[in-house]
Amino acid sequence: MNLLLIALTPFIGAIFVAVISRLGRLHAAWAAGAVTLLSLILLLPLAVDTFAGQTLVQRLSWIPTVGLDVAFRLDGLALLFALLILGIGLLIILYARYYLSERDDMGRFYAYLLLFMGSMLGIALSENIIQLLIFWELTSLSSFLLISYWQHRHESRSGARMALAVTGGGGLALLGGFLLLGEIVGSYDLTVILASGDIIRAHPFYLPMLILVLLGAFTKSAQFPFHFWLPNAMAAPTPVSAYLHSATMVKAGVFLLARLFPALSGTPEWFWLVSTTGLATLLIAALIAFFKHDLKGLLAYSTISHLGLITLLFGIGTPLAAVAGVFHIINHAIFKASLFMAAGIIDHETGTRDMRRLRGLWHFMPHTALLATVAAASMAGVPLFNGFLSKEMFFTETLYGFDYSWGWLLPAGATLAGIFAVAYSLRFIHNVFFNGIPVDLPKTPHEPPRWMKVPVEVLVALCLLVGIFPVLTVEPILSLAAASVLQGPVPEYNLAIWHGFNTALWMSVIALVGGGLVYFRRHLIFRLHEQLSDRWEFKKGYNQLIEKLFRFSTVVTRLLDTHSLQRMLFVFMLFIMALGVSGFIAGDALLTGDRALLPVNGVSLLVALMLMIASIGTVFLHQQRLVALILLGAVGLGVVLIFVKFSAPDLALTQLSVEVVTIVLLLLALYFLPQYSPAESSKLLKCRDAVVAIAAGGGVAALVWAVLTRPQQTIADYFLANSVTGGGGANVVNVILVDFRGYDTLGEITVLALAGLGIYAMLDQLQLIGSNRDVEGRLWNRDMHPVIMATFTRLLLPLALLVSVYILLRGHNMPGGGFIAGLITAAALIMQYLANGVAWTQQRLPANVHSVIGYGLLIAVLTGLASWLFGYPFLTSTFSHLHWPLVGEFELASAMAFDLGVYLVVVGATLLIIINLGLMHSRSPHSGARKPIRKWKH
Amino acid sequence: MEALIALILGTLTACGVYLILRGRTFPVVLGLTFLSYAVNLFLLVMGRLTIGKPPIIMEGVTDYADPLPQALVLTAIVIGFAMTAFVIVLSLKAQAELGNDHVDGKHK
Repeated sequence: MNLLLIALTPFIGAIFVAVISRLGRLHAAWAAGAVTLLSLILLLPLAVDTFAGQTLVQRLSWIPTVGLDVAFRLDGLALLFALLILGIGLLIILYARYYLSERDDMGRFYAYLLLFMGSMLGIALSENIIQLLIFWELTSLSSFLLISYWQHRHESRSGARMALAVTGGGGLALLGGFLLLGEIVGSYDLTVILASGDIIRAHPFYLPMLILVLLGAFTKSAQFPFHFWLPNAMAAPTPVSAYLHSATMVKAGVFLLARLFPALSGTPEWFWLVSTTGLATLLIAALIAFFKHDLKGLLAYSTISHLGLITLLFGIGTPLAAVAGVFHIINHAIFKASLFMAAGIIDHETGTRDMRRLRGLWHFMPHTALLATVAAASMAGVPLFNGFLSKEMFFTETLYGFDYSWGWLLPAGATLAGIFAVAYSLRFIHNVFFNGIPVDLPKTPHEPPRWMKVPVEVLVALCLLVGIFPVLTVEPILSLAAASVLQGPVPEYNLAIWHGFNTALWMSVIALVGGGLVYFRRHLIFRLHEQLSDRWEFKKGYNQLIEKLFRFSTVVTRLLDTHSLQRMLFVFMLFIMALGVSGFIAGDALLTGDRALLPVNGVSLLVALMLMIASIGTVFLHQQRLVALILLGAVGLGVVLIFVKFSAPDLALTQLSVEVVTIVLLLLALYFLPQYSPAESSKLLKCRDAVVAIAAGGGVAALVWAVLTRPQQTIADYFLANSVTGGGGANVVNVILVDFRGYDTLGEITVLALAGLGIYAMLDQLQLIGSNRDVEGRLWNRDMHPVIMATFTRLLLPLALLVSVYILLRGHNMPGGGFIAGLITAAALIMQYLANGVAWTQQRLPANVHSVIGYGLLIAVLTGLASWLFGYPFLTSTFSHLHWPLVGEFELASAMAFDLGVYLVVVGATLLIIINLGLMHSRSPHSGARKPIRKWKH
Repeated sequence: MEALIALILGTLTACGVYLILRGRTFPVVLGLTFLSYAVNLFLLVMGRLTIGKPPIIMEGVTDYADPLPQALVLTAIVIGFAMTAFVIVLSLKAQAELGNDHVDGKHK
């Protein structure tokens, strides 16, 4: 499973980096580089097959019944993206090591960066589109962490939130689109989807599906009108911007367009939606970029503009346009990453990014200036640089628009955008590096550290190599990627620099000359812009929208929340009863069915009476809390007896042990709470509640009666029939838990673990003072650990543990199992704490219960994963019979390992809860009779 | 027997509902415990009442109690315990933060 490993390496590496950064700041950088390199090394051998024209698909069965598999795919496009992500990622890691200052936490930075890298790799390498979506959302989340890296800055936080809101919202739309796509095709696998373009395009759901998918792609790629999040995301550290806005995050959107190109393109809807959006974005962003005074702001809008260009190319939809789109993805990633890095160097060395203050830096940092100039020339589309080649292809393809009536707009718009691209590139260079001498800079600028420039040099060298020798350098990977975008033969294209005097060349010439004119006449245009500015404030609209949303939710909350739990529960109960009664009246079924009834015997009657008396007693005496608690215990025991009576030994055992633990827990808690409930409800209110309660009870009784007197059709025959043969256990309840429905159980023990941790978090630092007297005002017994009890519990412990091990082992065939054994162990240990005190017991039981929970979950998950190793779906179980000396025939099922995980989680969570409550007791200052008794008014 | 079970379930529910309508946290927790007893029993008896036929496969036996509700209830009991624990600790936290144990965090 190499592909899975490649995508997972950065995720695992993130944890590794976070841990290792404690040893030293720079360790994190080295470790992050090593992790990225490892991923790259894992990828390269597979690339050989891809270059041979193979599409590699690897899958692990996950939930096969609903078509969900963990499936990865490596073809040309995926390889290209993986190389960009890892290659540029490596350079970013090197660059960031010099960029980040002493105050910045390197471990956190590189851990986030690797999380993001893994998510991007996941998108690029996914075969299953639902899985792709999961990684898609992960990029939104991890980019949120990266953009808000400087958490103390307001603009970082708000920029990150905006990016998350917009791209997350797009992700939601994309989920809808993917589900529709899956419905149309009948599979979530890309292989199937890419081959069924005709079915998709002819389907009535095509248009809604297309719109939803495009919403996802456009929000991610910052297309107009969703572009506003990207400039606000510039609050991130520059290495993050360089990474997110060159090769990764925003490229995910155009990646999706390229990925689904064969399946979705080729219709008028596609052409209009995609090319119009692309053209609008290309033009508007190019204009805005020119007016930005912030270096990174200029680059941000130019990024949006170039993404618009790529989108427009895919929108045009000809095979050649798709090739050009892929080519521009590569070129843009290279020159934009280097430009962002250059901007970061300038910011780093001068202390400002404001182009009204920066000028003449050539004298101070000629080397950086040269690098930036090459990259900017590439962005402007100057011949001999890589940007020129793809821009020429783009200009040629816009001419295709002449086939449509408004089609002249395409080449005209493209040329206009080209003019402004030249203008803003020129501004980036001329304004910053020439144009006089700098005045009033926060720092005296100088060249950055040697190694900070290396990543820029590598990228700039690529700009030149691709620009001058395209056939030798980029051609193989380009044609490979283009082939997998088109899913068919790649059309003839020529990567030569000189194509003769054709229309595209003239467009280039117009752009270059026009751009120069615009730049040198910029004062006129700037003045015009200042009069018109604030018209394009999308951020304002977004903020208003968010504000309205908050106000709306406040209004709704006020409408529904009466600030009284009692009143709300009362209404809730009435509503439920109204539902039940109306349902009963609407149907014409009789209350009593025709099933034969069981006779009542004396013992059952006695137990039932005892149970009901104890219940009603609890209610009547509920103000005396301790008494009520004891009566509640009696009710619980009655419930246990009902379980025993009606053939549920497992439930009886579970309930019995839970009962013990619950009562101990409530007793511990009661110590800190008032011993009495004050009588504060009026008689009338009590009567009202009693009427509601009796009505609810009557309703439930009627419902139970109606069900029990009717015959049953069970769906459990499958479990009964297959328990021994399929699950290897005779105790069907246990086999259902750990085998047939193991997934559910995994979820449940996770909930249990979370509840335990939540309680731990709530109890942490909690200070409460318990009363030092009992209900009657007498002092508590000073002898907190009676000798006889302490001694007996110590003797009892090994026996109790033995019983629990026995219960655990036999659980597959006899009543028992992980849940019950866990509770018994917990109860046995809790008894030690009670009898011998927390301090004494903790000294002798140093095990950390947190890690017990962790190991439990780990074992359960690993058992599930182990079935993958043998090529079975997640959590498939297996079993065999062993003959052990002395013990005899012994059955060993993999489900038992899972049960062991359950056992550990139950023990850990239960102990975590009880011990921490107990620790509060030892923290509580409760000595001395001088303290006043806390009295509650009755 | 069916009537008896219906009566028990009705009693448990009525007690639970009355208690959760009280104004202090501790009775509400007791009420929730009552309701989880009721719900667990309710789920179990959805498989109808069967006496002396536990769902443990033995040779020569063909008639068993329905194992599915039992599996559901088993985890429900444990999760119910976690919920009870969570709510009671929440009430402790409220007591510590607000100085009283009213469900709305105030004395009336």
